Amino acid sequence: MSLLEIEKLSLDIGGIPILRGVDLTIDQGQIMGLVGESGSGKSMTALTVMRLLPIGANASGRVAFDGIDILGAPEEAMCRLRGDDIGMVFQEPMTALNPVKTIGEQVAEGIRWHTGANRADAEARARAMLDRVGLPEAKFPLSRYPHELSGGQRQRVVIAIACALKPKLLVADEPTTALDVVLQKQILELLRGLVDEDRMGLLLISHDLAVVADMSDRVTVMRRGEVMEEGETARTLSEQVHPYTRQLAQASMHVPKRRPPSPARAKALDASPPEGVEERRTAATQGPLPRPLQGERWPAKRDGEEEERMPLLEVSSVIKDYPGRRSSLFRKQPPFRAVDDVSFSLQPGQSVALVGRSGCGKSTLARMILALDRPTGGDISLLGQSLAGRSETELRPSRRNMQVVFQDPYGSFDPRHKVERLVGEPLHLLEKQPGAKERREMIAATLAEVGLSPSDMDKYPHEFSGGQRQRISIARAVITRPKLIVADEPVSALDVSIRAQILDLFADLNQKLGVAYIFITHDLTVARAITDDVMVMHEGRIVERGRTGEILDHPQSDAAKALVAAAPDLHRAIARRLEMQG
Amino acid sequence: MRGSTEVAGNSHECVAPRLPAGIFSPQAGRRIAFMTAYILKRLAIGAVTLVVASIVIFAVLEILPGDPARLMLGMNTTPEAVEALRHQMGLDQPLMLRYLHWASGMLTGDFGKSFTYSSPVRDLIVERGVVSLPLALIALALSASIGIPIGVFSASRRGKASDAAVMGVAQLGVAIPNFWFALLLIYVFAVWLRLVPAGGFPGWNAGIWAGLKGLILPAIALALPQAAILARVTRSALLEVLGEDYIRTARAKGLPRRRVLLRHALRNGMIPVMTIVGLQFAYLLAGTIIIENVFYLPGLGRLVYQAITQRDLIVVESIVMVLVASVVIINLLVDLSYPLVDPRLRHAR
Repeated sequence: MSLLEIEKLSLDIGGIPILRGVDLTIDQGQIMGLVGESGSGKSMTALTVMRLLPIGANASGRVAFDGIDILGAPEEAMCRLRGDDIGMVFQEPMTALNPVKTIGEQVAEGIRWHTGANRADAEARARAMLDRVGLPEAKFPLSRYPHELSGGQRQRVVIAIACALKPKLLVADEPTTALDVVLQKQILELLRGLVDEDRMGLLLISHDLAVVADMSDRVTVMRRGEVMEEGETARTLSEQVHPYTRQLAQASMHVPKRRPPSPARAKALDASPPEGVEERRTAATQGPLPRPLQGERWPAKRDGEEEERMPLLEVSSVIKDYPGRRSSLFRKQPPFRAVDDVSFSLQPGQSVALVGRSGCGKSTLARMILALDRPTGGDISLLGQSLAGRSETELRPSRRNMQVVFQDPYGSFDPRHKVERLVGEPLHLLEKQPGAKERREMIAATLAEVGLSPSDMDKYPHEFSGGQRQRISIARAVITRPKLIVADEPVSALDVSIRAQILDLFADLNQKLGVAYIFITHDLTVARAITDDVMVMHEGRIVERGRTGEILDHPQSDAAKALVAAAPDLHRAIARRLEMQG
Repeated sequence: MRGSTEVAGNSHECVAPRLPAGIFSPQAGRRIAFMTAYILKRLAIGAVTLVVASIVIFAVLEILPGDPARLMLGMNTTPEAVEALRHQMGLDQPLMLRYLHWASGMLTGDFGKSFTYSSPVRDLIVERGVVSLPLALIALALSASIGIPIGVFSASRRGKASDAAVMGVAQLGVAIPNFWFALLLIYVFAVWLRLVPAGGFPGWNAGIWAGLKGLILPAIALALPQAAILARVTRSALLEVLGEDYIRTARAKGLPRRRVLLRHALRNGMIPVMTIVGLQFAYLLAGTIIIENVFYLPGLGRLVYQAITQRDLIVVESIVMVLVASVVIINLLVDLSYPLVDPRLRHAR
């Protein structure tokens, strides 16, 4: 008998079918990967196992855990199972913990509830569990509150809660999706260690094939509420017998076709230092360089090309400080330096990735480039014009030339505005305001450019899927024909197949419109797919820069090495699995 | 600072986890410093509010038409007599001077002298305040102790018949005017059951019990609509919290629904409820004019009503100032209690 047996599980919520005949089994000590795109029913399968389904859900079929009929068990029996024999870890660590209770209380609570232990014993066990997940007492006493912890630390607390009573089965629903790659690796290693040590079964849900390939013994592929394929991880993912599995695998390794760089750009690349090694200048090791050299990777060498060489964007010695916490009534801690002496320049049409772990300062830098935030020191200029100290009106011409695409296509639109208004919003930046008819024509043309229909103009954002919404935000970004687009994690909220399409769209617009990109991402596959050059940021500084392929294949700095080592890679993961599983 | 750190070290195993977290933790010094700054800032904001309020109150009432001197003397009077009275009342002095005189007087507890009652305003306010303040406090206590549990009950039975029924009654409670409800209470409890007097206030000299008996019906009449509002606020605040991720985490620990509601949702849902309770106190203190008239209570509401009709400006100004001050104090207390509920507010952002 397997630990968990799901047979012909069907589920509808308010009459809408969510799951159709799902079969899944997990043995003791086994890791089952559950992959699929959003809406495929992965999370609902997990919540059925916990029987924490939303109101109005109606499940049929058979779910047996350790011989107990989950669907038929009374609520009291489920309360005894949850947190004791079955633990669950969720996607979003930032909101998964109660903000008004200490981490000690929250870990000890389940222990006390299930074992009836007194407070001191429960706290001793909570302490041991927190040590086990890598939160030692010296830095993380039980009296810490969740807001004093980072995302990765909070996820460790959630894992401690889930595993405190050594459950037989752990359900982890996208446990690392909200974390950067380095944290992801740590958390996955922690989960694997717990599984090995306690012979737990693990249901690992992820949209990321590479993560699943790396972690799981068997894999189940779901689509639209149905199981497409189930089998040994190595064989399933390497042979890709099922067409949908193949489609997923290809989409997650997709690299958009890009034309070789334009002639001017190619010349610029020729001028790069012959050794091709990344410039590794940090403020700590070297004093500021003379202005023209700062951050200039391809100094103009040839005569007669001065004009072409005029950089689109010039960032010189930019610093951003945030005021420190008040440490006493009259004293503040020293300010926190989010961006520390960053210099680089960007040529027209160039596509650059800004990679780094969460909190490294990459978004702060982007906000300053977009003139949404003022630097504490240094200067940023667009097309030779400095952005510093200019009023909103004076910034208008610059704003026209730079636009932004954000990560979350759901949150970045006013739900009460129609697409016409959303996409047409930046048009007020134009010098000559278009008339109503011209305006509609411009919007229609832009929508067509990003692969939407001009008739979509009269719809509201909720009528679109996530990928379509990201197209709308790209349309909004390109309508003023900007020279520069800053994209902050533009595809990390999207499913792999949609993400491949959006990456294609970015590549396509890069060529058609000659627009330059700064891609902010912690996902190295995105950087590899779409950018020429990469800058690695760490603790506010750019610690490494150069051609994307070179840096990602041969990272030199510790920060870049850590990122590369932690990045999940489907090819490598499958190869490793094949070795293990024969 | 060092002392408190050592305390944390010594007592950690046995004591620290039982204490409200944070008090003896290593960051205690920083927290206390931050809280001191927080309290001082709130106090400063309160003081500024009072000064601005006093200027606005004085300016508005002085600009309003209606000469108190003329009003006191009646229709058949000579301009000289009016002028003499104005001089006697100090109304002929420049506005600025009169404001300073009034404001500085208040700081020393001297609110001036009423034109119509010919007695110090302070005595009037104290005399009436001993009726209005207990009335507001009793009503507030009733409102909170009825409204919050009902809201919790309703949230725990979301979508069920009992939820709908309770919220329907609450909706009715919000809609019914309190004076109508007051009349109903008088009829049932005073006229029919003869449990309490129908109106009037015997004074606290008649004994605490007699005084409370006189206040209990008006307090109920005041409290019930407020309780209905509070029940709705509590319910919606809880339902919002119940949709949070950490509620799911708590359920995944195996805690039953009710325990999750009481242990995890309630405290998080209390912030908006506390804000409303603070606002309700202000309303209950100042908004008693009608109820005091229905029950014939000699409270601040009736006093300010009479003073307005008689152009007794100094009384109106002073009572409004006292009300503003009490609202500022209550809001200060509410602001100071937020960090007790939510640890995130114990730190500078």
